[in-house]
Amino acid sequence: MSSPPEPPTSVLAAYRAGFGATWTSVFSYVLFGTYIGIGALGHDFGFTLTWTVASTLLVWAGPAQVILISALGAGASLIEIAIAVGLSAVRLLPMVVAMLPMIKRPDTRAWKLVLPAHFTAVSMWVEAMRLLPKVPRENRIAYCNGLGTGYALTATTATVTGFYLAARLPPLMSAALLFLTPLAFLMSTLRNAGMLVDRLALGLGLILGPLFAFWHIGLDLMWSGIAAGTAAYVIHRVREALR
Amino acid sequence: MSALSGEFAAYLALVLVGFLPNEMWRWLGVIFARGLDEGAEILVWVRAVATAILAGVIAKLTIFAPGVLATVPTPVRLAAVLIGFAAFVLIRRSVLAGVIVGEMALVVGALLFPQ
Repeated sequence: MSSPPEPPTSVLAAYRAGFGATWTSVFSYVLFGTYIGIGALGHDFGFTLTWTVASTLLVWAGPAQVILISALGAGASLIEIAIAVGLSAVRLLPMVVAMLPMIKRPDTRAWKLVLPAHFTAVSMWVEAMRLLPKVPRENRIAYCNGLGTGYALTATTATVTGFYLAARLPPLMSAALLFLTPLAFLMSTLRNAGMLVDRLALGLGLILGPLFAFWHIGLDLMWSGIAAGTAAYVIHRVREALR
Repeated sequence: MSALSGEFAAYLALVLVGFLPNEMWRWLGVIFARGLDEGAEILVWVRAVATAILAGVIAKLTIFAPGVLATVPTPVRLAAVLIGFAAFVLIRRSVLAGVIVGEMALVVGALLFPQ
Protein backbone atom coordinates (compact mmCIF):
# COMPACT_ATOMS: atom_id res chain seq x y z
CA MET A 1 0.00 0.00 0.00
CA SER A 2 2.36 2.73 -1.07
CA SER A 3 0.96 5.96 -2.39
CA PRO A 4 2.97 8.59 -4.22
CA PRO A 5 4.25 11.26 -1.79
CA GLU A 6 2.02 14.31 -1.80
CA PRO A 7 3.63 17.54 -2.90
CA PRO A 8 3.89 19.62 0.31
CA THR A 9 2.42 22.68 -1.36
CA SER A 10 -0.96 21.03 -1.94
CA VAL A 11 -1.21 19.90 1.70
CA LEU A 12 -0.31 23.40 2.87
CA ALA A 13 -2.78 24.89 0.39
CA ALA A 14 -5.51 22.57 1.71
CA TYR A 15 -4.69 23.54 5.32
CA ARG A 16 -4.90 27.20 4.38
CA ALA A 17 -8.15 26.63 2.47
CA GLY A 18 -9.68 25.02 5.59
CA PHE A 19 -8.38 27.85 7.77
CA GLY A 20 -9.75 30.42 5.31
CA ALA A 21 -13.17 28.74 5.18
CA THR A 22 -13.69 29.57 8.86
CA TRP A 23 -13.62 33.31 8.16
CA THR A 24 -16.75 33.16 6.02
CA SER A 25 -18.45 30.62 8.28
CA VAL A 26 -21.32 31.75 10.47
CA PHE A 27 -19.82 29.53 13.17
CA SER A 28 -16.90 31.88 13.68
CA TYR A 29 -19.34 34.52 14.90
CA VAL A 30 -21.31 32.04 16.96
CA LEU A 31 -18.12 30.65 18.52
CA PHE A 32 -16.91 34.16 19.25
CA GLY A 33 -20.10 34.95 21.17
CA THR A 34 -20.19 31.59 22.94
CA TYR A 35 -16.57 31.76 24.11
CA ILE A 36 -16.96 35.34 25.35
CA GLY A 37 -19.51 33.77 27.69
CA ILE A 38 -17.11 30.96 28.64
CA GLY A 39 -14.20 33.36 29.21
CA ALA A 40 -16.41 35.42 31.52
CA LEU A 41 -17.47 32.24 33.33
CA GLY A 42 -13.82 31.30 33.96
CA HIS A 43 -13.15 34.76 35.38
CA ASP A 44 -16.25 34.67 37.60
CA PHE A 45 -15.31 31.30 39.10
CA GLY A 46 -11.82 32.53 39.98
CA PHE A 47 -9.65 30.72 37.42
CA THR A 48 -6.60 32.34 35.84
CA LEU A 49 -6.63 33.53 32.24
CA THR A 50 -4.06 30.88 31.23
CA TRP A 51 -6.10 28.08 32.81
CA THR A 52 -9.30 29.28 31.11
CA VAL A 53 -7.60 29.43 27.70
CA ALA A 54 -6.03 25.99 28.30
CA SER A 55 -9.49 24.59 29.08
CA THR A 56 -10.84 26.02 25.81
CA LEU A 57 -8.09 24.33 23.78
CA LEU A 58 -7.98 21.01 25.68
CA VAL A 59 -11.69 20.37 26.17
CA TRP A 60 -12.85 21.97 22.89
CA ALA A 61 -16.54 21.25 23.51
CA GLY A 62 -18.71 24.05 24.88
CA PRO A 63 -21.17 22.16 27.10
CA ALA A 64 -18.41 20.06 28.75
CA GLN A 65 -16.32 23.16 29.40
CA VAL A 66 -19.24 25.00 31.04
CA ILE A 67 -19.80 21.99 33.33
CA LEU A 68 -16.08 21.74 34.15
CA ILE A 69 -15.67 25.43 35.03
CA SER A 70 -18.84 25.83 37.04
CA ALA A 71 -18.56 22.51 38.92
CA LEU A 72 -14.82 22.78 39.63
CA GLY A 73 -15.23 26.42 40.62
CA ALA A 74 -18.08 25.53 42.96
CA GLY A 75 -15.95 22.83 44.62
CA ALA A 76 -17.85 19.72 43.46
CA SER A 77 -16.13 16.34 43.91
CA LEU A 78 -13.72 15.38 41.15
CA ILE A 79 -15.45 12.06 40.42
CA GLU A 80 -18.79 13.82 40.02
CA ILE A 81 -17.28 16.34 37.61
CA ALA A 82 -15.55 13.65 35.54
CA ILE A 83 -18.84 11.75 35.18
CA ALA A 84 -20.84 14.87 34.27
CA VAL A 85 -18.24 15.94 31.69
CA GLY A 86 -18.05 12.42 30.24
CA LEU A 87 -21.84 12.14 29.91
CA SER A 88 -22.11 15.51 28.17
CA ALA A 89 -19.56 14.43 25.56
CA VAL A 90 -21.12 11.16 24.33
CA ARG A 91 -22.18 12.87 21.09
CA LEU A 92 -18.52 13.20 20.07
CA LEU A 93 -18.24 9.44 19.48
CA PRO A 94 -20.80 9.09 16.64
CA MET A 95 -19.65 12.43 15.20
CA VAL A 96 -16.04 11.22 14.93
CA VAL A 97 -17.11 7.82 13.57
CA ALA A 98 -19.25 9.53 10.89
CA MET A 99 -16.53 12.01 9.85
CA LEU A 100 -13.28 10.02 9.84
CA PRO A 101 -14.22 7.68 6.96
CA MET A 102 -14.61 10.82 4.82
CA ILE A 103 -11.05 11.98 5.43
CA LYS A 104 -8.93 8.84 5.71
CA ARG A 105 -7.60 6.43 3.13
CA PRO A 106 -6.89 2.74 3.67
CA ASP A 107 -3.22 3.50 4.36
CA THR A 108 -3.79 6.45 6.72
CA ARG A 109 -1.99 6.01 10.08
CA ALA A 110 -4.23 6.31 13.15
CA TRP A 111 -2.05 9.03 14.73
CA LYS A 112 -2.80 11.33 11.82
CA LEU A 113 -6.48 11.14 12.79
CA VAL A 114 -5.98 12.15 16.43
CA LEU A 115 -5.83 15.90 15.69
CA PRO A 116 -8.88 15.99 13.36
CA ALA A 117 -10.72 13.92 16.00
CA HIS A 118 -9.70 16.41 18.71
CA PHE A 119 -10.97 19.33 16.61
CA THR A 120 -14.32 17.55 16.17
CA ALA A 121 -17.00 19.62 17.90
CA VAL A 122 -20.42 20.60 16.61
CA SER A 123 -19.24 23.66 14.66
CA MET A 124 -16.32 21.92 12.99
CA TRP A 125 -18.31 18.71 12.33
CA VAL A 126 -21.24 20.46 10.69
CA GLU A 127 -18.97 22.52 8.43
CA ALA A 128 -16.69 19.58 7.64
CA MET A 129 -19.61 17.34 6.65
CA ARG A 130 -20.85 20.11 4.34
CA LEU A 131 -17.53 21.19 2.80
CA LEU A 132 -15.44 17.98 2.66
CA PRO A 133 -17.14 16.42 -0.40
CA LYS A 134 -15.72 19.29 -2.48
CA VAL A 135 -12.14 18.74 -1.21
CA PRO A 136 -9.87 16.13 -2.90
CA ARG A 137 -9.58 13.11 -0.60
CA GLU A 138 -5.80 13.27 -0.22
CA ASN A 139 -6.11 16.82 1.19
CA ARG A 140 -9.03 16.31 3.56
CA ILE A 141 -7.02 15.73 6.77
CA ALA A 142 -5.08 18.96 6.21
CA TYR A 143 -8.32 20.75 5.36
CA CYS A 144 -9.92 19.57 8.63
CA ASN A 145 -6.89 20.66 10.63
CA GLY A 146 -7.13 24.07 8.95
CA LEU A 147 -10.81 24.36 9.87
CA GLY A 148 -10.05 23.31 13.45
CA THR A 149 -7.15 25.77 13.78
CA GLY A 150 -9.30 28.64 12.49
CA TYR A 151 -12.11 27.92 14.93
CA ALA A 152 -9.68 27.36 17.83
CA LEU A 153 -8.05 30.73 17.12
CA THR A 154 -11.46 32.46 17.12
CA ALA A 155 -12.48 30.70 20.34
CA THR A 156 -9.18 31.55 22.07
CA THR A 157 -9.45 35.23 21.14
CA ALA A 158 -13.02 35.27 22.43
CA THR A 159 -12.06 33.47 25.67
CA VAL A 160 -9.46 36.17 26.41
CA THR A 161 -11.93 38.94 25.49
CA GLY A 162 -14.67 37.46 27.67
CA PHE A 163 -12.28 36.99 30.60
CA TYR A 164 -11.52 40.71 30.63
CA LEU A 165 -15.11 41.81 29.86
CA ALA A 166 -16.58 39.57 32.57
CA ALA A 167 -17.59 42.19 35.12
CA ARG A 168 -19.03 44.50 32.47
CA LEU A 169 -21.46 42.07 30.77
CA PRO A 170 -25.13 42.89 31.51
CA PRO A 171 -27.14 39.74 32.48
CA LEU A 172 -29.39 39.89 29.39
CA MET A 173 -26.27 40.00 27.19
CA SER A 174 -24.88 36.90 28.94
CA ALA A 175 -28.24 35.16 28.47
CA ALA A 176 -28.23 36.03 24.76
CA LEU A 177 -24.67 34.65 24.41
CA LEU A 178 -25.72 31.35 26.03
CA PHE A 179 -28.71 31.20 23.64
CA LEU A 180 -26.35 31.25 20.63
CA THR A 181 -25.46 27.57 21.09
CA PRO A 182 -28.94 26.00 20.72
CA LEU A 183 -29.91 28.42 17.91
CA ALA A 184 -26.79 27.82 15.83
CA PHE A 185 -26.81 24.04 16.47
CA LEU A 186 -30.42 23.87 15.28
CA MET A 187 -30.07 26.03 12.14
CA SER A 188 -26.89 24.35 10.95
CA THR A 189 -28.24 20.84 11.58
CA LEU A 190 -31.36 21.79 9.63
CA ARG A 191 -29.24 23.07 6.75
CA ASN A 192 -27.18 19.87 6.66
CA ALA A 193 -30.14 17.50 6.94
CA GLY A 194 -30.64 16.81 3.26
CA MET A 195 -31.75 13.19 3.51
CA LEU A 196 -35.06 12.11 5.02
CA VAL A 197 -33.25 9.95 7.62
CA ASP A 198 -31.37 13.00 8.95
CA ARG A 199 -34.53 15.13 9.13
CA LEU A 200 -36.40 12.37 10.95
CA ALA A 201 -33.49 11.93 13.39
CA LEU A 202 -33.50 15.68 14.08
CA GLY A 203 -37.26 15.86 14.60
CA LEU A 204 -37.50 12.75 16.78
CA GLY A 205 -34.41 13.77 18.78
CA LEU A 206 -35.93 17.19 19.53
CA ILE A 207 -38.94 15.42 21.07
CA LEU A 208 -37.30 12.42 22.77
CA GLY A 209 -34.30 14.32 24.23
CA PRO A 210 -36.27 16.48 26.68
CA LEU A 211 -38.79 13.65 27.35
CA PHE A 212 -36.03 11.25 28.44
CA ALA A 213 -34.52 14.02 30.59
CA PHE A 214 -37.95 14.81 32.07
CA TRP A 215 -38.47 11.12 32.93
CA HIS A 216 -35.05 11.11 34.65
CA ILE A 217 -33.73 8.27 32.51
CA GLY A 218 -30.02 7.89 33.27
CA LEU A 219 -27.73 8.77 30.30
CA ASP A 220 -30.82 10.42 28.80
CA LEU A 221 -29.01 12.01 25.83
CA MET A 222 -27.35 8.77 24.79
CA TRP A 223 -30.54 6.68 24.98
CA SER A 224 -32.77 9.29 23.35
CA GLY A 225 -30.18 9.66 20.57
CA ILE A 226 -29.96 5.91 19.99
CA ALA A 227 -33.77 5.53 20.09
CA ALA A 228 -34.52 8.48 17.80
CA GLY A 229 -31.62 7.76 15.43
CA THR A 230 -32.53 4.07 15.15
CA ALA A 231 -36.22 4.84 14.58
CA ALA A 232 -35.28 7.30 11.82
CA TYR A 233 -32.98 4.71 10.25
CA VAL A 234 -35.64 1.97 10.36
CA ILE A 235 -38.21 4.25 8.69
CA HIS A 236 -35.60 5.11 6.04
CA ARG A 237 -34.90 1.39 5.37
CA VAL A 238 -38.59 0.47 5.19
CA ARG A 239 -39.18 3.31 2.75
CA GLU A 240 -36.23 2.21 0.59
CA ALA A 241 -37.52 -1.38 0.58
CA LEU A 242 -40.98 -0.28 -0.52
CA ARG A 243 -39.63 1.62 -3.50
CA MET B 1 -11.65 25.75 44.52
CA SER B 2 -11.53 24.38 48.11
CA ALA B 3 -9.10 21.48 47.86
CA LEU B 4 -7.46 22.78 44.71
CA SER B 5 -5.87 25.99 45.81
CA GLY B 6 -2.59 25.35 44.04
CA GLU B 7 -2.11 26.36 40.42
CA PHE B 8 -0.64 22.94 39.62
CA ALA B 9 -3.64 21.18 41.15
CA ALA B 10 -5.98 23.25 38.97
CA TYR B 11 -4.18 22.12 35.81
CA LEU B 12 -4.10 18.52 37.02
CA ALA B 13 -7.87 18.70 37.57
CA LEU B 14 -8.32 20.19 34.08
CA VAL B 15 -6.57 17.21 32.51
CA LEU B 16 -8.05 14.48 34.74
CA VAL B 17 -11.70 15.52 35.02
CA GLY B 18 -12.03 17.90 32.03
CA PHE B 19 -9.83 16.75 29.18
CA LEU B 20 -9.74 12.95 29.63
CA PRO B 21 -13.46 12.16 30.20
CA ASN B 22 -14.28 14.33 27.18
CA GLU B 23 -11.45 13.27 24.87
CA MET B 24 -11.91 9.52 25.43
CA TRP B 25 -15.04 9.64 23.20
CA ARG B 26 -12.96 11.08 20.36
CA TRP B 27 -10.28 8.41 20.80
CA LEU B 28 -12.98 5.72 20.86
CA GLY B 29 -14.32 7.26 17.64
CA VAL B 30 -10.88 6.87 16.01
CA ILE B 31 -10.87 3.18 17.04
CA PHE B 32 -14.46 2.50 15.93
CA ALA B 33 -13.91 4.20 12.57
CA ARG B 34 -11.13 1.75 11.67
CA GLY B 35 -11.99 -0.30 8.64
CA LEU B 36 -15.10 1.72 7.82
CA ASP B 37 -15.16 3.38 4.44
CA GLU B 38 -17.22 6.36 3.41
CA GLY B 39 -19.98 4.35 1.74
CA ALA B 40 -20.54 1.93 4.63
CA GLU B 41 -24.26 1.49 5.32
CA ILE B 42 -23.76 1.62 9.10
CA LEU B 43 -22.59 5.24 8.76
CA VAL B 44 -26.12 6.28 7.78
CA TRP B 45 -27.29 4.96 11.17
CA VAL B 46 -24.30 6.47 13.02
CA ARG B 47 -25.01 9.86 11.47
CA ALA B 48 -28.69 9.57 12.41
CA VAL B 49 -27.73 8.83 16.04
CA ALA B 50 -25.26 11.76 16.08
CA THR B 51 -27.95 14.07 14.67
CA ALA B 52 -30.54 12.84 17.19
CA ILE B 53 -28.15 13.34 20.15
CA LEU B 54 -27.43 16.83 18.85
CA ALA B 55 -31.18 17.48 18.62
CA GLY B 56 -31.50 16.36 22.24
CA VAL B 57 -28.74 18.82 23.27
CA ILE B 58 -30.55 21.65 21.42
CA ALA B 59 -33.90 20.87 23.05
CA LYS B 60 -32.38 20.48 26.53
CA LEU B 61 -30.40 23.74 26.29
CA THR B 62 -33.63 25.52 25.32
CA ILE B 63 -36.00 23.93 27.84
CA PHE B 64 -33.66 23.34 30.81
CA ALA B 65 -31.62 26.49 30.17
CA PRO B 66 -28.22 26.88 31.87
CA GLY B 67 -27.12 29.77 34.11
CA VAL B 68 -28.44 33.25 33.53
CA LEU B 69 -30.40 32.09 30.44
CA ALA B 70 -32.84 30.50 32.92
CA THR B 71 -33.91 34.02 34.00
CA VAL B 72 -35.60 34.43 30.58
CA PRO B 73 -39.08 32.80 30.82
CA THR B 74 -39.37 29.37 29.14
CA PRO B 75 -42.22 30.43 26.74
CA VAL B 76 -39.99 33.29 25.52
CA ARG B 77 -37.09 30.89 24.85
CA LEU B 78 -39.36 28.45 22.98
CA ALA B 79 -40.98 31.24 20.96
CA ALA B 80 -37.54 32.66 20.08
CA VAL B 81 -36.41 29.28 18.71
CA LEU B 82 -39.61 28.98 16.62
CA ILE B 83 -39.25 32.55 15.29
CA GLY B 84 -35.58 31.86 14.43
CA PHE B 85 -36.66 28.66 12.65
CA ALA B 86 -39.31 30.59 10.66
CA ALA B 87 -36.69 33.16 9.63
CA PHE B 88 -34.34 30.35 8.55
CA VAL B 89 -37.05 28.81 6.33
CA LEU B 90 -38.25 32.14 4.89
CA ILE B 91 -34.82 33.70 4.26
CA ARG B 92 -33.17 31.23 1.86
CA ARG B 93 -32.37 28.63 4.57
CA SER B 94 -29.76 31.02 5.96
CA VAL B 95 -28.17 29.94 9.27
CA LEU B 96 -27.09 33.53 9.98
CA ALA B 97 -30.63 34.90 9.43
CA GLY B 98 -32.10 32.24 11.74
CA VAL B 99 -29.56 32.94 14.49
CA ILE B 100 -29.87 36.74 14.33
CA VAL B 101 -33.69 36.79 14.24
CA GLY B 102 -33.89 34.17 17.03
CA GLU B 103 -31.52 36.25 19.20
CA MET B 104 -33.53 39.43 18.55
CA ALA B 105 -36.73 37.59 19.49
CA LEU B 106 -35.12 36.41 22.74
CA VAL B 107 -33.93 39.90 23.75
CA VAL B 108 -37.24 41.60 22.84
CA GLY B 109 -39.22 38.85 24.61
CA ALA B 110 -37.05 39.10 27.73
CA LEU B 111 -37.58 42.87 27.87
CA LEU B 112 -41.35 42.58 27.30
CA PHE B 113 -41.88 39.70 29.75
CA PRO B 114 -39.40 40.08 32.63
CA GLN B 115 -39.55 37.23 35.11
